[in-house]
Amino acid sequence: MIRSNSLMSRPLPSNELKKIQQNCRGTLLSLYKKANAGHIGASLSCLEILIYLFFRHKQASDYVILSKGHAAAALYVVLAAAGEISKEELQTFYVDGTRLAAHPPCSGAFPSIPFGTGSLGHGLSLAVGLVFSQRYTGKEFQVYCILSDGDCNEGSTWEAALFAGHHCLSNLTVIIDANGLQGFGRSEDVLNMEPWEKKWESFGFKVHSVANGNSFESLEEEFTWDLKDQGGSGPRCFIAKTTKGHGVSYMENKMEWHYLPMSDEQYQIALRDLGLDHA
Amino acid sequence: MRKEFSCWLESIAQTRNELIVLTGDLGFMALEGVAQRLEKRFVNVGVSEQNMMSMAAALAHEGMTPLCYSIAPFAVFRPAEQIRLDICLHNKNVKIVGNGGGYGYGIMGATHHAIEDLAMLSSFQNMICYIPFHNGDVASVSDAMLAYNGPSYLRLGFGILPEGITLPPYSSIRKIASGKIWTVLGVGPVVLNALRATQELSGGADVFVVSELPCQELSEDFIESLRRTGKVLVVEEHVERGGLAEWLCLKLLKAGLHPQVQHQCAKGYPDKLYGSQVFHQKQSRLDEKHLLTLMRQNHE
Repeated sequence: MIRSNSLMSRPLPSNELKKIQQNCRGTLLSLYKKANAGHIGASLSCLEILIYLFFRHKQASDYVILSKGHAAAALYVVLAAAGEISKEELQTFYVDGTRLAAHPPCSGAFPSIPFGTGSLGHGLSLAVGLVFSQRYTGKEFQVYCILSDGDCNEGSTWEAALFAGHHCLSNLTVIIDANGLQGFGRSEDVLNMEPWEKKWESFGFKVHSVANGNSFESLEEEFTWDLKDQGGSGPRCFIAKTTKGHGVSYMENKMEWHYLPMSDEQYQIALRDLGLDHA
Repeated sequence: MRKEFSCWLESIAQTRNELIVLTGDLGFMALEGVAQRLEKRFVNVGVSEQNMMSMAAALAHEGMTPLCYSIAPFAVFRPAEQIRLDICLHNKNVKIVGNGGGYGYGIMGATHHAIEDLAMLSSFQNMICYIPFHNGDVASVSDAMLAYNGPSYLRLGFGILPEGITLPPYSSIRKIASGKIWTVLGVGPVVLNALRATQELSGGADVFVVSELPCQELSEDFIESLRRTGKVLVVEEHVERGGLAEWLCLKLLKAGLHPQVQHQCAKGYPDKLYGSQVFHQKQSRLDEKHLLTLMRQNHE
């Protein structure tokens, strides 16, 4: 199946995406502050990837599987910006009785969240299954799977990668939110994943390196290049270099912001760093 | 039972286009006919059980009915989290088929046995375990599994029903023999050992076989039998914890019934020795001789 290349005829709406980005960042921080919860760094790491997919790249019938389920809040605010989750419901994040837990729900309550995630190493197999189903159902859609560094430690991720490469699953796109940090250390110290590109290439993926996964322009550059290059078949993998806690001075590249909630003072600094203090 | 399972699958595959069989690289001398009949709906995913289960959940999400085949320990324990989260919590219509439940793979050793599978899987949300009683029971149990639109596990073993015994139509608890002295309840082909033992027992026993776990309710004829005999022997090729006997005892307590309960179950590897399925059954006192002795000794 050939992927749609209609994007190539439309210029990147940078200003529009940046407005959405600011809106989502503000909502994200307020949700985390209100909940007094962690995983802020992980959500800020992949926020632009999610915005790019939902507001620029994906079609309505396409799937996004957030394998790094601990960044659920980023997914929720993007779905709220897209109108799939109401502002009122968004405010139930972390509250007893919510449909919006710290990790994406397994309830099937939201069409854009077909599977709950949170235990690493499940997302790529789910994505592979969705793509593989097309060979029997005749449906056509793309599946985008966002993995973390930690996801790539899991053996099941590589089982799925083997299958995807072997079966040339052309409608599968893996995006690695490669911020270089994981649960209890830097990835290069815990389990070095380098050379990223060679690993994924050897599993049969066409690999793209996104120099800055927090930049819409950088994402657009690689995704557009990929759309132009329809010569090959098989799955693709975008290795997006990102920054954990992107945009917040004291969070950037700090492992502890996988876990910590913000104090009142830190919240104000975060708003100021992101240019949201006068919003 | 895997050949009977294959025959059943071949018989329904042509009319059930939503069926897809995934195998974790096993099925030699059993699934060749299935592969031929299903063609591209038969997929060997390789030795990657975790990927197989999550993929199956996604295939079910898209409206297909995946059957995931391997030997019981590999189908259940390696991908336990994928089954728990992606299949069971999402209530996906995935059928897991494990060959050689209990000590079925005998001398292959402990890595190839599955004596804790029912405890684990029956505790997962929405999961129903289906256990055929003997080889000829596979088709009816598989039909019941397919009729359930949710996560399922089919535990295959091996057992030949003695001549002269006819099973009633499928239900989750079926009475397969009648007698006066004992009530026997069991799961899977090991009940055949108990059945043969009761045939040697003066006065005989009512023998019931359970084919679904968790089982919803005790049947009326079973309760009537308990009230009459006052004692029940539970037989299962499965560990004590989380097995049939624990489930039964809770049901009995809730129902205010207090029969004498005897239980024979898989004891693991008490002497750290290995052998055939029959050897392990003897080690666990699940063989006909021990079951007969137990029933005689505990009959007042």
